Amino acid sequence: MARKKGRLTQEVNAGSMADIAFLLLIFFLVTTTIASDKGILNILPPKQDPNQPPPEILLNERNIFNILVNANDQLLVEGEYLDNTEKLSEDIKDFILNFGAPDEEAVALYNSLPASLRNRAKRDPASSDHPMAGGAVVSIKTNRGTSYERYLEVLDQVKRAYFEIYAERVGLSADQYRALTGRTPAERELQERGKEGIPMAISIAEPDKIGGN
Amino acid sequence: MSKFKKKTGTSQNIPTSALPDIIFMLLFFFMVTTVLREQEILVEQKIPQATQLQKLEKKTLISYLYIGKPKNTGMFGTEPRVQANDVLINTKDIVLWVNQEKDKLSEAERDMITISMKVDRDVKMGPISDVQFELREADARRILYAAVGKVQN
Repeated sequence: MARKKGRLTQEVNAGSMADIAFLLLIFFLVTTTIASDKGILNILPPKQDPNQPPPEILLNERNIFNILVNANDQLLVEGEYLDNTEKLSEDIKDFILNFGAPDEEAVALYNSLPASLRNRAKRDPASSDHPMAGGAVVSIKTNRGTSYERYLEVLDQVKRAYFEIYAERVGLSADQYRALTGRTPAERELQERGKEGIPMAISIAEPDKIGGN
Repeated sequence: MSKFKKKTGTSQNIPTSALPDIIFMLLFFFMVTTVLREQEILVEQKIPQATQLQKLEKKTLISYLYIGKPKNTGMFGTEPRVQANDVLINTKDIVLWVNQEKDKLSEAERDMITISMKVDRDVKMGPISDVQFELREADARRILYAAVGKVQN
């Protein structure tokens, strides 16, 4: 009796194993949300001392690229009404690389740029002097009623302009440049070389209070 | 011609005995990467899209703030609220929360704390700037506006 049973089934039937695994796989596929900590980095200005008035920074009007967004999400860029943000990053790139009145250091910076970026220098006296610190500032001013989505869209375009300039300087695509982690010395060197002399000067003004909540 | 004929004699079916192994491998991959949500999100979260995304390296330095319209509007109203950990907090309590989060980090890393702001796309800039003002007060100035990727044109 016992012998007979032993002869009948020697191994477990593994044919349906794949089906079971598939079932589990599909369950995990559906429930998985791959946690992504991606986003747009921003550094806020330091807190204000109530006893000290904010330091006055004197900048010429030509050195500021003004972007205003009102409570209806309408854009006013450099005094002109704009329907969408498509061309915004190109305008900003032209503004940053204008080299209207470069000093000695800025001329050296200009000479170090690749030809594709040098072609952007229109040397328009009504636009920014040079892209170095204190030279070209992009200012974003919103209203309390502006939607967050619109604000992020504008900030995104400004960042895009800067990243494309940085990437072009080191001969990468903008996506590759942003993916640099700075973990290895070689990557850090690339990052530094892209940024050198052209700081990301984005000023985000306190929203004004009209028409918001 | 005879050359080609010979080949047809080989077996036609693909060996499927390794299939369970492959599936198991995929299964383990997804099991390992899955993060089951440990906290309930109390506010609406439709994360806006952006193109210029950056990834943060050190996850331990990130603290999350969720901002949006409460899901339970009967209890919390329809105005955007801030959620930290698993409770809704008032804007003025953010400084306290940031200090608690900073205490969890080692002393050297405290200045490097990054606040990931997960903001619903329908929120207006008013509440956001209030939150940012509090974060400046708390000296947590590295901000990450969480966004999902958009295909670039």
